[in-house]
Amino acid sequence: MASLNINGEIRDLDAEPGTPLLWVLREQAGLTGTKYGCGIAQCGACTVHVDGVAVRSCSIPVEAIAPDQRIVTIEGLGKDGLHPVQQAWLELDVPQCGYCQSGMIMAAAALLAEHPDPGPDLIAGEITNICRCGTYSRVAAAIAQAAATRAGKS
Amino acid sequence: MNTPAPTRRQFLFGISAVAGGLLVGLPESRAQTGHGEVTAWVVITPDDTVTIRVARSDMGQGIFTALPMLVAEELECDWAKVRAEYADTNENLTRDKPWGDMVTSTSISVRASQEYLRQAGAQAREMLIAEAAARWNVTPVSCRARGGIVSHAASGRALRFGALAAAAARRPIPENVPLKAPSDWRLIGTSAARIEAAPKVFAEPIFATDVDLPGMLHAAVKNCPTIGGSVVAFDHAAVAGLPGVRHVVQVGKDAVAVVADSWRQANAAVEALPVTWDESIGTGVSNATLRTLFREGLADPAAAIGHRIDDVGASLGGAAQIIDVEYEAPFLAHATMEPQVCTAKVTAERIDLWAPTQNGEGTTNTIARVMQRDAAQIFVHKLQLGGGFGRRGLAQDWARQSVQIAAQVPGVPVRMLWSREEDFTHDYYRPMVLARQTAGFDAQGRLLGWKVRISGSSIAASLAPFWLKEGVDNALMDGFVEEDMPYAVASFEVGVARRDSHIPVGFWRGVNLSQNGWFREAFLDEIAAMRKIDPYLLRRELLSENPRALATLDAAAKLAGWGKPPAGRHQGIAIVEGDNAWCAQIAEISVTDGRLKVHRISCAVDPNFVVHPDITVQQIEGGIVQGLAAALYGEVTVEDGRVQQTNFHNYRYLRMEEMPVIDVALVPSLGRYGDRWGGVGETGLPPLAPALTNAIHPATGKRLRSLPISNHDLRV
Repeated sequence: MASLNINGEIRDLDAEPGTPLLWVLREQAGLTGTKYGCGIAQCGACTVHVDGVAVRSCSIPVEAIAPDQRIVTIEGLGKDGLHPVQQAWLELDVPQCGYCQSGMIMAAAALLAEHPDPGPDLIAGEITNICRCGTYSRVAAAIAQAAATRAGKS
Repeated sequence: MNTPAPTRRQFLFGISAVAGGLLVGLPESRAQTGHGEVTAWVVITPDDTVTIRVARSDMGQGIFTALPMLVAEELECDWAKVRAEYADTNENLTRDKPWGDMVTSTSISVRASQEYLRQAGAQAREMLIAEAAARWNVTPVSCRARGGIVSHAASGRALRFGALAAAAARRPIPENVPLKAPSDWRLIGTSAARIEAAPKVFAEPIFATDVDLPGMLHAAVKNCPTIGGSVVAFDHAAVAGLPGVRHVVQVGKDAVAVVADSWRQANAAVEALPVTWDESIGTGVSNATLRTLFREGLADPAAAIGHRIDDVGASLGGAAQIIDVEYEAPFLAHATMEPQVCTAKVTAERIDLWAPTQNGEGTTNTIARVMQRDAAQIFVHKLQLGGGFGRRGLAQDWARQSVQIAAQVPGVPVRMLWSREEDFTHDYYRPMVLARQTAGFDAQGRLLGWKVRISGSSIAASLAPFWLKEGVDNALMDGFVEEDMPYAVASFEVGVARRDSHIPVGFWRGVNLSQNGWFREAFLDEIAAMRKIDPYLLRRELLSENPRALATLDAAAKLAGWGKPPAGRHQGIAIVEGDNAWCAQIAEISVTDGRLKVHRISCAVDPNFVVHPDITVQQIEGGIVQGLAAALYGEVTVEDGRVQQTNFHNYRYLRMEEMPVIDVALVPSLGRYGDRWGGVGETGLPPLAPALTNAIHPATGKRLRSLPISNHDLRV
C-alpha cells in the first residue's frame, strides 16, 4: 500500500514495492494521460511533476515518493483545466499522433515554472523528450509563446 | 496559423464512443433509427451538430480534420459544429461498403478519397435543399445552403440543417452532383480549426493503451528472440505464483504471454518466465552475411529488368571514364511512440478488437482467417494510433496475438501491450538494401549511360506474396522505373534480384523510395561532379521536359538561396516524387572537427492540391525529422539471427537540440499538370538523406555511400 498525493488528492493505492510510479498512476490511480513509451527514462512520454520538478515516472519506484510530495499529472495540470502551455499547444496545433504530447506538455510546464523566459537554446537543451512524429519545431514555438503569454499577464 | 477556441471540442474516436457500443443499422432503416444519419457519411442531429464519418485511420496525419473538410466544403455546414467519428469496420461489411476502402497507407487518404468525399457532401446538401424546397413548395434551384442553413432568398425563409435532417434522410440520394471548381472552394485550402488536436492536448483516453473495459485483464508478451523461431517449452509453474498472474499461455508458434490483473504484473512475470526457444532459423545470420547475400544478388545475371532506355551495356562499354559504386541502406525500425497494443474479447458469437489499426478491414480479415470465423463476426473498434508509419497496416501480428491470447480467456477482454524491447526486436523493418550504380562518360565528361542493380529483401515477399509478379518485386525499383525515374538520360537500365532472409520487412514511411530516393539522388551528384556541373543545374537540365518538377526544384532553390550559403556552410540538393507529390529539399550544413551540424532544411512541395496547409506543412516537417533521424543515426543490426537494438538508448532518435530550422514552401500546381491529387504523408522523407549526404561532400570531400552518417568519420 502506498499513500500518494496526486493532483492534490491523497490516494491510498495498492502497489507492490518496486512498481514504477508510471504504472501506479496508470493502473492503480486510473490516470492514463501519462504514457508508457520506453520504460528506461529515455523518451519522456511518462513525464509528471514531483514537487514541481519534471520527472520520468517509469523509472521511479513508488516507494521513493513520500506521502507529502506533490505529484501532478497532465490531468491535474491546469487550475481551470487549461494551462498556458496547453493553450499555446492548441493555438499552434502542435500534436501529430499525440502519444508523447502529455509528457512534452508536462516537461514544458516544469521548464517554464523554473525559467519563465527560457529562450530557444534553453528550450532545446532542456526538452529532451522524444517525439517520433517530429513536432519539435512546434513544441519549441509553443513553449516560447506560452512564456510570452505568461509574461504579458504578470 | 489558426486560433481555435480553447475548448474541448467534442470528439468521437475516444473510449467514450467505444463504451457507447455499436451503432448497427441497415441503410433502409437508418432514417428511422434516430441516429440522424442523412447518408452513410453525414449524421446531423436536431442541435445542428454535423458528424462526418472517417473511413481511414488517424495516426497523427490529421485526416480527422482533412477528410471531413472535403465533405464539409460541399455540404455547406458550419465548420464549428463539425465532429468526426470513425466509420464502423463491421458495418462497412454488412452494409455493402458504403465507406469504400479503409486502408491507410501510401499517403492515400486524401488523394484516393477526395472525389467521393466531396460528392458525399454534395449529395447530403442536395437532400437537405430538396427537403426545404418541398416544405416551401419552391424549386430546389431557387434555394441555397450556406453555413448550416438552407435559405430561399425570394421569400426570405430559412431552415437550419438540424430541422431538416431527419426528413431529408428519407429522400433519394442523388447521383453525380456537380462539384465546385477549386476556385470556388472556401474551406479547402484553409487551415481550419482542427478537430482532433484538443483531446491530445488534454490527454483524453483516445489511444488503444487507454482502453478500459469491465473485467479487463492485461497481457504481456515474450516473442522468440530470433524472429521466425519457435517455442520449444516453457515452465509456467515458475511464475504462476507471482502477484496478479492469472494465465500463462502460448501465442501461436513463436511467443508466450502472461495474463495478469495489471500489465506491470504481467510483464514482470513474462520476463521471469523460463522459455526454451528454437532459434535455428537465424543461426549465424548477421549484417555481414546479409551483405554478402545481397552482393551476390547485385551480380545476379538473371536480374529482373524494370526499365531500360537504349543499350546500357554498349554505352558503358564505349565509355572513357566510369564510376562504379555500391550503396547500402540499413534496416530501420518503426518505433511508433505507442508500442504494439490491442485489446480483444473472444466469445462463441463474436470477436471484438479495440485496435490501433491502419487497416480496419485487414484486421478483420486477419482475425477471421486465423480464428476461422465469418468476417461478419469480427468487430474492430478503431482508436487513435500512437504513431503508425506503416507498422500497423498490412502487418497485423499484434492484432493476431491479442486475439490468440484472449481466445484462451474466453469472454474476458484482455489488453495486450508489448514492451518497448519487444517492439524494437520484432518489427517489420524497412528493408536493408544494396544498390550498385555504374555511370559511363565520354572523354569530355558527358554522361553516356547509367546502370542500376538493386538487391535486398522484398516487402511483398514478407507481407503480401500475391503482389509478386513471377517472383519479382518491382517495388524494389521504385524511383527508377519508367513512371517515376524523371531524368532524361540517353541510356539507362535498372534491374533487381531480391534476396530474402528471416528478418521480416515492411512498409516504413516512404517505403522503397526511402532508400531508392537516396540511391538515385546521391549518385546523380556523383554524375554532376564528373561532369563538373552544379548539381542543381544538372537536375534542371535533366528535368527540362518536366515543368512541374522544375517548378518545385526552383522553388526550393529560391527558398534556400541555392549557391550562396553563409560562410562555412554547405548545401546539398535532392528532388523525389512520392505519391504524386513532388518534393525538393536543400540541406544547409557545417562540419567542424568532424562534427556535423544541420542548420536548415529548405523544402518545396507540390501535392497538386492542398486541403489544409498547416497540416500539410506538419506532415512535411514530420517526414523531414524522421528522415533526418534515420540518416544520422538509424540502423537496426542483426547478430546471430537476433536484432540488436532494444530501446531508444541503442536506437538513437533525433531530439530537439539537434533540430535544424525547417522552411516549407507549398507550391501546389492546382491541376495545371493533371487532375491526380498527391499525398503528403511520405513525400517529405525521401529527399532528406540525399540532400544531406550531397551537402556533406562539399564540406568534407567524402561521398557517403552507406547510412547512417554516424558510422562515418567526417574529419577531413
